[in-house]
Amino acid sequence: MTNPTPIRSTMIDTADLKRTFKTRTGPVEAVAGVDLHVSAGEIFGFLGPNGAGKTTTLRMLATLITPTSGDATVAGADLRREPALVRQRIGYVPQGGSTDPAETGRGELVLQGRLYGMNAADAKARAVEVLDKLDLVSAADRPTGTYSGGMKRRLDVGLGIVHRPQVLFLDEPTTGLDPQARARMWDEIKALREQGTTVFLTTHYLEEADALADRLAIIDHGRIVAEGTSSQLKQKVAGDVVTIGVDGGGANVLTLVEAMPFVREASHDTESGLIRLYVDRGETAVPHLLRSLDAAGYEPTSISLNKPSLDDVFLRQTGRSLREEAA
Amino acid sequence: MTAVPAASGTSTSTVTTERTPRMRTVRDTWLIFRRSLMLTIRQPTWIVIGIMYPVIYLVLFGPLLDGAIKQAGAGVSAYNWFVPGLLIQVALFGTAFGGFGLIAELRYGVVERMRVTPMSRAAMLLGRSLRDVVILLFQALLMIVLAIPFGLHIDVAGVAVTFGLLALLGLVVAPLSYAGALILKSEDAFAPLVQSLVMPLLLLSGILLPMALAPDWLRFLSNLNPLTHATDAARALFNSDWGNPEIAVGVAITSVLAVIAVWIAARTFSRANA
Repeated sequence: MTNPTPIRSTMIDTADLKRTFKTRTGPVEAVAGVDLHVSAGEIFGFLGPNGAGKTTTLRMLATLITPTSGDATVAGADLRREPALVRQRIGYVPQGGSTDPAETGRGELVLQGRLYGMNAADAKARAVEVLDKLDLVSAADRPTGTYSGGMKRRLDVGLGIVHRPQVLFLDEPTTGLDPQARARMWDEIKALREQGTTVFLTTHYLEEADALADRLAIIDHGRIVAEGTSSQLKQKVAGDVVTIGVDGGGANVLTLVEAMPFVREASHDTESGLIRLYVDRGETAVPHLLRSLDAAGYEPTSISLNKPSLDDVFLRQTGRSLREEAA
Repeated sequence: MTAVPAASGTSTSTVTTERTPRMRTVRDTWLIFRRSLMLTIRQPTWIVIGIMYPVIYLVLFGPLLDGAIKQAGAGVSAYNWFVPGLLIQVALFGTAFGGFGLIAELRYGVVERMRVTPMSRAAMLLGRSLRDVVILLFQALLMIVLAIPFGLHIDVAGVAVTFGLLALLGLVVAPLSYAGALILKSEDAFAPLVQSLVMPLLLLSGILLPMALAPDWLRFLSNLNPLTHATDAARALFNSDWGNPEIAVGVAITSVLAVIAVWIAARTFSRANA
């Protein structure tokens, strides 16, 4: 079953959304003017390091905190003037769980349906549907305190979709899950899109944004630094990434390669000893590189040629690596 | 009919928008009441902890008080004076710590999950508070049954009105406890606050010994304590002293405070960022 969603091109539309928190040391701008446009039926990824403003933006869109300034329309309702209507039309899955460990999965789902206005019979029937869909039937009547991390997270998602929302907000849906449970969750999220639900998810995992999101925005220090499809963003990096491993003399090698005309940018990671280059055309650059290194007396221990990743996009925009931030 | 909204408000209407806000509050209060009562019954530790101290007083202090009174030659059972006070203590202890449960629910993410639904904010408070009232009346009943073998005499009408008074008292203390928990959000801050309020209130209410024995300044403070008047009312009720004006005073003060407490707490719950 799907929503009786009319043809609506825009599901989420924000204009200069800001949120400032007062702290002892003065006001902190957690979200410094965010413009987002999410179309109906897409999975939109909100990627950024911890503390970038992802959760604050999500909580504003889910009516949990009021924006300091700016406007937003969510699922056709005005965030400021019609928060009750927004609540009725969205689902929200908070980071870090949403269930009472003493209550059963079924009990939580039935209550959730009732809180969204269903009568007892409808709420019970819907709970069975959701349990079945998320493969929780065998655990339905056990307290959620006995669930594994993956099961608990699936139930959280189930609680978010009980009322068949038009848009589902997922805050870091796979944080803390093992790889198997993560893959499982990705499948569930894709299945939601197949059924017509718009999904807005935050993540600090590059792979997750890459694998799931139809379009994504990268946020850093409360500002959007890039927005588009994954491949559009990567194209902006304009170039291929060559990674060279050398035994010692990394700094000298860096100086050497930086001087080469086809190298746009180079950096040396002292920890791994790897040298990272952005070049225009990787396949012609690599033979050149090898010859030059050989002539200068260096022997590369490894060399790899990659298309740019979302981390390269982040690196280009912010000067920092998201992998290091996430670690 | 389901709760699926008509996205543009054309074809189907939603169940929720058909309800008036007041109906919605009553319905959601019932849902939260039922859920929280079920969860409490499943883990009854707090029911026992809430009644532990009053029972200890009944068993270990009651006989001492009874002996003292008999020695003084008053010729009455101390229990009809002592047990009503203990019931006030049950009401205070049973509800003042309710906030701890809410802090746990905040940590589980349950409160945030409910905030995102269109449910009534006041119902989040009222459902839990009414659960506390039901539990406290159960504890009070248990206390009375335990006290009968010690020598408590029962006036059914008096006990019934006392239960009403205890329910009102629960509706003073429970909402304030929840509001405090919602603001403080951590046990480390909440526990000292509750402790520092509950103990003086209890000692100043004359539950253990008659305030007639107190020096003037202490009696003055005691008179300012609403619990004193609730205690005096309960004692008059237990002794079938229907003409005693303290009954009306105790019930009136507690009712007014209940209205104020529910109002303050409901406002705290409806503030988006609390």
